[in-house]
Amino acid sequence: MVHIAPEFFVRGPSAFARLLLCSLLSVALLILDARYGYLDGVRRVAAIVIYPLQRLAGAPGAMLNHIGDVFATRSALRTENAQLSAQHLQDALNLQKYQALAAENAHLRDLLAMRQRLAEGAIAAEVLYSGRDPFMQKIIVDKGTRQDIKAGRPVFGAMGVIGQVTRVYPWLSEVTLITDKSQAVSVQNLRNGLRALLGGTGDNSQLELRFVPLSADFERGDELVTSGIDGVYPRGLPVAVITQVERSAAYQFAQITCKPAAGVASHGQVLILDRDIEMPERPAAGRKPVLPAKSRKGG
Amino acid sequence: MRPRDIAPQEILPPVKSAFVAFTLIAALTVNLLPWSGLLLIVKPDFVALLVLYWCLHQPRRIGFAAVWLMGLTMDIADGSLLGQHALAYSLLAFAGIVLHRRVPMFAMKVQVLHVIPILILNDLVVLAIRSLAGADFPGFGYFSGSLIAGALWPVTCILLKLPQRFRDSQS
Repeated sequence: MVHIAPEFFVRGPSAFARLLLCSLLSVALLILDARYGYLDGVRRVAAIVIYPLQRLAGAPGAMLNHIGDVFATRSALRTENAQLSAQHLQDALNLQKYQALAAENAHLRDLLAMRQRLAEGAIAAEVLYSGRDPFMQKIIVDKGTRQDIKAGRPVFGAMGVIGQVTRVYPWLSEVTLITDKSQAVSVQNLRNGLRALLGGTGDNSQLELRFVPLSADFERGDELVTSGIDGVYPRGLPVAVITQVERSAAYQFAQITCKPAAGVASHGQVLILDRDIEMPERPAAGRKPVLPAKSRKGG
Repeated sequence: MRPRDIAPQEILPPVKSAFVAFTLIAALTVNLLPWSGLLLIVKPDFVALLVLYWCLHQPRRIGFAAVWLMGLTMDIADGSLLGQHALAYSLLAFAGIVLHRRVPMFAMKVQVLHVIPILILNDLVVLAIRSLAGADFPGFGYFSGSLIAGALWPVTCILLKLPQRFRDSQS
């Protein structure tokens, strides 16, 4: 007869076995998310579940802001009011000029039978907090799919381009700043119209112009605006100012560092473009480009 | 081991599971506060700190499933890769459970010297995952949160034992 001793302490699988199970699950999730991006739906649902917690965490800050508003002094309000009316006058003047120019431009485009550029509208959103992930440059704003925000829409501040919406939840969306390493903006030099690619560095006060030949005409102080050819950002918005140009024969390209025009990280409110930018249709994929005629052999 | 490195042990009434759950959710809420600027850089990961605390002091009251779900919640709230915190916290819990007979025996100073490397290990796991996914090293400031968390360890121990002490003094 086999005698089996009773187990005194039933504790289930060992800690190591549990760790192994958890690690395997995590690694599976990581691969699915990083490699294939299958989990956006899961993320969206889970985000709704933890939304109340996020609101709860944000409440004290919002309340402090509220209290600050209540106790704003009369003189401070007055100064601000005076400043704003002066600003308004200036803006009105500029707007008149702009309207005249827009009308003239529309007329000229009509004459040239060019495609009319759409008047662009934007949704104002409030920045809730900056992203906590230290590996990415992000801000979280308080508008989401409920306000018809879609991933890929460009985001601006009063001074220029800030970034692009990269992930949308029902009441929130994540904006990846142009200073993020993975972001690139197609820009144009305001002084001479040269186009280049502006990339983030991961540092929130620095951008770099990538793949610019040593001989290209970029100087310190040049303003860079969006070129509009990337189909993401509308044309002509300020993006950055060149702060340093270094041309060294040791590198293949010029080392050009820039400062973001919009002071990317220091915003309270931002604007999100509310429609996609219309681009002309792309040429069909199968069609071969027409090559210039070859000269005859030996010619 | 010198005698002064060992703390006198006290016997307290058992912890209630509801209290463990409450502190973990509170830590999660604190993590979700809108931190920004320098504070964001030096902010300790409170969830990691509490997971480690409960695994060291009450390994029977906290399970891997709970820890793993806390990690997943952090990933979703941060918008980072799904599973990175889950994996890091699981390893953290394992380290806590393996060391749970050892670390609480020590005096506070020596406990801190145990806790900081474990938390930095937690950071390193996240760093390794993100590096594999193609991110850059964010600078040594990245580890400052764990040092601060180590400094907060004595306070955490005192605060989290308060309910048990209170019940002890009542009975």
